[in-house]
Amino acid sequence: MSTVAFSLPPLSARAAASRGAERPRSLITLWMAGGPSQLETWDPHPGGLIGGPTQAIATSVPDLQIAAGLPLMAERMDRVSLIRSLVSKEGDHERGTYFVKTGYRPDPTVQHPAIGAVLPYQLDGEAIAAGLQMPLYVSIGNGQWPGRGGYLGEKFDAFRVPSPGRGVDNLRADVEATRNARRLAGLELLSGTFRQGREGHPAATRHSETVHDALSLMASEHLAAFEIDDEPKEVLARYGDSDFGRGCLVARRLVEVGVRSVEVTLGNFDSHAANFSIHDRLVGMLDPAMAALLDDLRERDLEASTMVLCIGEFGRTPWINPLDGRDHWPSGFSAVVAGGGMPAGRVIGHTDPEGGDKPTDPIPVQDLYATILSRFGIDPAVELMTPVGRPLAISDGKPIGKLMS
Amino acid sequence: MARSTTLTLLLITLGVGWAVSRSVLPARQASVAATSRGQRPLDGGREADSPAAVETSALQAAVDRLDAAFAETWMNEGLEPATEADDLTILRRLSLALHATIPSLEEIRQFEAEPREGRLDRWAQAMLADRRFAESFAERMTRAFVGTQGEPFLVFRRDRFKAWWADQLAANRPYDEVVREVIASQGLWTGRPATNFVTHSVTDGTPSPEKLAGRTVRAVLGQRIDCAECHDHPFADWKQSDFRGLAAHFGQVRLSPFGVEDDPARVFLADIGPRGQKRGVQAEVPFGEAWLPDTGTSRERLAAWSTDPRNRRFARATVNRMWALLFGRPLSAGAPWYADVDDLPDPTEPTSDEARSPLDVLADEFVASGYDLHHLLRVIAASRPFQLSSAVASAAVEEEAGGSASVDGTSSAHGGSAEADFQPLLDHWAVFPVERLRVDQVVGSMLQASSVRTIDLNSALVTRFLRFVRENDFLREYGDPGDDELLARSGTVPQALVRMNGKLVRETIEPNPFNATSRVGLASLDDEQLVEHCFLLCLSRRPTPAERAYFSTAWDEAASASAPDDSDAGSEPKPRLSAAQRAQDLCWTLINAPEFSWNH
Repeated sequence: MSTVAFSLPPLSARAAASRGAERPRSLITLWMAGGPSQLETWDPHPGGLIGGPTQAIATSVPDLQIAAGLPLMAERMDRVSLIRSLVSKEGDHERGTYFVKTGYRPDPTVQHPAIGAVLPYQLDGEAIAAGLQMPLYVSIGNGQWPGRGGYLGEKFDAFRVPSPGRGVDNLRADVEATRNARRLAGLELLSGTFRQGREGHPAATRHSETVHDALSLMASEHLAAFEIDDEPKEVLARYGDSDFGRGCLVARRLVEVGVRSVEVTLGNFDSHAANFSIHDRLVGMLDPAMAALLDDLRERDLEASTMVLCIGEFGRTPWINPLDGRDHWPSGFSAVVAGGGMPAGRVIGHTDPEGGDKPTDPIPVQDLYATILSRFGIDPAVELMTPVGRPLAISDGKPIGKLMS
Repeated sequence: MARSTTLTLLLITLGVGWAVSRSVLPARQASVAATSRGQRPLDGGREADSPAAVETSALQAAVDRLDAAFAETWMNEGLEPATEADDLTILRRLSLALHATIPSLEEIRQFEAEPREGRLDRWAQAMLADRRFAESFAERMTRAFVGTQGEPFLVFRRDRFKAWWADQLAANRPYDEVVREVIASQGLWTGRPATNFVTHSVTDGTPSPEKLAGRTVRAVLGQRIDCAECHDHPFADWKQSDFRGLAAHFGQVRLSPFGVEDDPARVFLADIGPRGQKRGVQAEVPFGEAWLPDTGTSRERLAAWSTDPRNRRFARATVNRMWALLFGRPLSAGAPWYADVDDLPDPTEPTSDEARSPLDVLADEFVASGYDLHHLLRVIAASRPFQLSSAVASAAVEEEAGGSASVDGTSSAHGGSAEADFQPLLDHWAVFPVERLRVDQVVGSMLQASSVRTIDLNSALVTRFLRFVRENDFLREYGDPGDDELLARSGTVPQALVRMNGKLVRETIEPNPFNATSRVGLASLDDEQLVEHCFLLCLSRRPTPAERAYFSTAWDEAASASAPDDSDAGSEPKPRLSAAQRAQDLCWTLINAPEFSWNH
């Protein structure tokens, strides 16, 4: 009954030390906010009516080409699997983000949890009961809609780190220890006064719990994971001089101390005008950061235990509008998955080179989540009770055969 | 770095100057017309037969009817309601509800100087006449109708829409008229601000009938039909065809260089298939066909239908929303519905001899008053549930009487039984609910706690400047729930961190010449007085005897005993903190106490 979700797994010492497949699994989601163009990233169709000026390059997987803006990832495609045929019915940013973060379409009667919140909810019960020190779900970068706990509760909302690599704001008390202790002692007395006669108000005790959780975080020995000052210049350079690159590096450090789920946002891909220059710039940040992250995870023997997912809320139209832009396109977009026990080198589906809305081998987003959950050892069909008394499956998708075998 | 800071400051200054020229000047004029703080109607309503006396007795009759409905429920359920809260607690609730801030020390002094009889209603009236009410409620109504988005650029001016709402609320224009203007008005979004309701839905140059229909039903009728956009509603009785028929009322609206227009020749084409198939749909209503007038544009007809006195959903939804703004929790959240503000169940046909629910009593009163929002808010504020304490005496209280520790989170002794006994009281409004304050209320309260004088729209420019900058930083870190601000929430760790260590609180309590902490430090003759001042400043109440004793004498010893491994331990005792520093520490503690961030 004490504090929740704000804790480091009690096996932290072991977890931090253990390596290989034995280590508890973590998920790093590289969130491409605004809807990246599949044609300028993982699914180019150069030369035809729809391809625009984007060129394709060969990769380490025979017969697979990706956009020329991703040369570092092209050398590493044998270490990832690629889905080029995700389909959704949500073509609005907020609704699409909700759908792709939760695997459920927006529903006014219930708030679904993001996949990043489901993992600690399902896997870290013990740690949560022990109540310690670090958030289990962290959102890095200034995303507009960070992952939410939904019906699991606000306590499972992602902990936001808007400026990666510059630590976390508001973690230091501004007076010396004696005065701070005095302030906190007074707070205990006041909390007691307020509770008298109000024990029955359902959420009224949560205030003290969050204060307690905040104090543990302030005292956490793992706070250094949020900072990158001690990283060698060479490492910083490999991730690239961008907030997204620094965010990926922080994500790797957080996973190393046992954080279950991290989301790093890169945006804004919403290229209704000037699609190609926008993608040049953003893909130029994605390529080194993602490649460096995969390399680092492998070097540190964290590849088997850390799944990396690169995805956005939808793709962009095959046709190019008069402003040289591409508009929203939920019927055929891409995602990359790597590590965490996923097979590598698999390629599923592709969009129509002529611009049709029927990709081959279409994959509903919820099937991707059912696959990820299964790889974390969670049965996606397990039902959780929502506050309105309606049981809901964690995911209503089916694991993707090509990624499960 | 320094250059960009200077530039930012310059831009902010310009922004404030612009905001001031736009809003403070009209606000000044408005405040001349309104009852200003210096001219409270101390003797208003005392003379028999005066219009004010007649009005007051009409108010009392309405309050009596509402209270009777609650009293009957409590009797039927066998509930003993909580005792009455003290006047300062109710003043704090009123101030938070109507002005989104705690009362200032100055206001508390004025309030306490008035005769007790009728004092709370006089203050409710004066607060409704204060521009702070109009500004705060305008934001709430703007969220209900267009959300928090700032897009689409060029055709949508949220600021104009909100300023227009503030004017309607300040003038207390009949609410049904206001809603009809929002739904049906034509013209430019700059010159006719109500048209921004239509333009907020624009994508690719065209207003979205579906979005407008969904918003209208939520904000005006208190129900969600958005899910009927794709399938029949799982709970309420809405069909997909109902949704399309309603959306078709917005099917003739279009944008032109002259603004929002209705083109009678346009036919609403609804999406009916996954491949983009469309079908022409007639404007229809799902019930109450008789309320739909024969003439007018299709939007005017929908507006008339929505606000027809026979359409009980309208008044019920409005009183439910206003109740939520006063209590932090909608009337529908209690028994028998347990529903969100946007999920109000369908009204049932009233039977003559059956007792009416408080919701229907209040809705009837709202219709009878000619949709008078100020009257409605005064009735709710004067009702028995609003006056009740949020605490009840219980067995658990005895156990807790020692004021045991809670920061460590381990001693919360609330067993299942305390909650079980308590729930029926909450469900039937026999105890005042404890609810989290909205972020704007928290910010407003922190800023108010930094000043002994009232911070309002007439405050000096420098204060407004600081408020402008601080609020925005704080909002970003604290998080803003957007459209869903009336849903129940608990607190989060980042919120606790920003309260404990954030810049806003630090600047609020810093003992500098502008802040209350240094003024309280100077003005207090002794420790006890200092403690009392700080409590009034931050919590709008006096300390209990135990708190008074603790904070004026025992605090230092308690602190040094619990100080964690202080490196100075064993060396000479430190000099006592100055009065301003003591006020600073106490205000930090009070601002971080649960009582500060909860409505209670």
